[in-house]
Amino acid sequence: MATTTEPAPVQPARVRGPAQDVAGLGISRALGFVAPALLLIGAFLVFPAVWTIYIGITNYRLTGVEAVSPSIVGLSNYTKALNDALFHNALWLTCLFVLGSAVIGQNILGFALAWTMRRARPAVRRTVEALVLLAWILPSTVVAYLWIAFFDRDTGTLNSILGTQGTAWLIDYPMVCLVLFNTWRGTAFSMMLYSSALQAVPPSQLESARMFGASGWQTVRDVVFPHIRGHVLTNTLLISLWTANDFSPFLLTKGGPNHESETVPVYIYNVALQGGELGYSSAISFLLLIANLLVALLYLRLLRRRS
Amino acid sequence: MTPAYVVRRIGFYVLICAITLFFAVPMLWLASAPFDASPGLGVHWPDWTLDNFRETLAHPYAMHSMVNSLLICVTTAVAVTAFAALASYALSRVRLPGRDALLYGLLLLSSVVTGTAAMVPIFVMMFQLGLIDSRFGVALVMTGGLLPAAIFILKDFVDAVPKSYEESARVFGASTGQILRDVVLPVARPGLATILVWAFVNSWGNFLVPFLLIRSIEKQPGAVLLQTFTDEGGSANLSVIPVFSLLFSIPVVVLYLLVNSRYGFRFHGGIKS
Repeated sequence: MATTTEPAPVQPARVRGPAQDVAGLGISRALGFVAPALLLIGAFLVFPAVWTIYIGITNYRLTGVEAVSPSIVGLSNYTKALNDALFHNALWLTCLFVLGSAVIGQNILGFALAWTMRRARPAVRRTVEALVLLAWILPSTVVAYLWIAFFDRDTGTLNSILGTQGTAWLIDYPMVCLVLFNTWRGTAFSMMLYSSALQAVPPSQLESARMFGASGWQTVRDVVFPHIRGHVLTNTLLISLWTANDFSPFLLTKGGPNHESETVPVYIYNVALQGGELGYSSAISFLLLIANLLVALLYLRLLRRRS
Repeated sequence: MTPAYVVRRIGFYVLICAITLFFAVPMLWLASAPFDASPGLGVHWPDWTLDNFRETLAHPYAMHSMVNSLLICVTTAVAVTAFAALASYALSRVRLPGRDALLYGLLLLSSVVTGTAAMVPIFVMMFQLGLIDSRFGVALVMTGGLLPAAIFILKDFVDAVPKSYEESARVFGASTGQILRDVVLPVARPGLATILVWAFVNSWGNFLVPFLLIRSIEKQPGAVLLQTFTDEGGSANLSVIPVFSLLFSIPVVVLYLLVNSRYGFRFHGGIKS
């Protein structure tokens, strides 16, 4: 689960690792070794994912008659989603969230940090990287509270800095707040990925770019970018996937005010557990799963081609 | 030193300062408010006191939720490490039929089936199994969610362990059990420790799963309880929240520093909080 793990899938090039049974384990014992993990994954990851398809074609509800005996309603949940203005709203807000905080925010800030910290003094570098990493490793509920305090209407730090006491940022500009928050939260990943990618750029090429008097921007565009293009693409896919599935908007705004920051994950939660419409929310979950699957397949294909 | 160079240097440092401030300022509250005699939501130099700590320790649910977090996360971390270790060793060393397809499937699963996409079926399933409001149920769901990535990271570690150790142990007549216990286990220890910490830290911060599955306040882990402090009818308990946030963050940071200093930051495995 990305909310729990945000795992960076490891290079599939290593899939064909060494396979010699040197300890004499044997096929049957090896199967026994793999079985417990596969059972747990099957029960708590694969089965729920597959079950979404079934619940999604029923009118199953949290309470009432349909909770006891749900009936199959075919694709009507999906046709409902097509005409559901709130679902369209959630899709649109998720696109904004992904575009603003992942594709633009984390990507650009992460690259800028990796690029500038390359030549900074070790002390500066360590301090900045530690702060960025801290933003990434703190528990999400704590981080959410830090930002609620930061944006607070009466005594929040942002209003003190800007001298705009009385501005309720989370109510007046909820999406801007979420984009800022998630950029802050997730930049560490892009920073580290680009730091290691930049080490693959031959120093001699950077040196000659400098000798020809190329500006910083020209160097990045013409010398660095061609080397890290693959990384940019895979990084963007990965952070977009995580951002689209991120539940922390719920911790900051609960989707409000009046659905103005209700991204798809928050919408699924609100429909399922506030509205009790388990069937309909499953149909939407299934659409999210399909979107995740497409992005992940593309990601793995790109990784494989690169290696 | 041309003027253009000086301007660029100044611009460079202004940029670095701005970025540093952007990351540091929201965190200042966590450093000041816990120690302040009249904690608010703003950041100011604290009027030093430790009363907030006393009050938090006396809070009926605060410390209790830490114990709940500890129970859930230790169970999850141990289960993830044990099952991932067994699976990754077998997958690394034995050419099981369909192994490559299985690994590819695991890789996909680890990023496709997210908590938010699977929350409805997981909720319904646990509801029908009668595992709602069970800390063990929360640990089970988290274990299932973390295992695919854990197997992958660990398999990388095991692949990197030279097979010659096992070969020579075998030449000297060690049994399979002895080889696993006395040769493989010690060599793989850094990998196992990393996975243990990684799984612990991930489940420690997980909000969604316990939020969905746990109903009664005395079973809630810290991640969810923090949210309940805030919800108490708008009158947030500001002497408990900052201290609790700080105490709740410390294990994560300490464990991270520990792994980082002992084994270095292994980026490719995506070791993330």
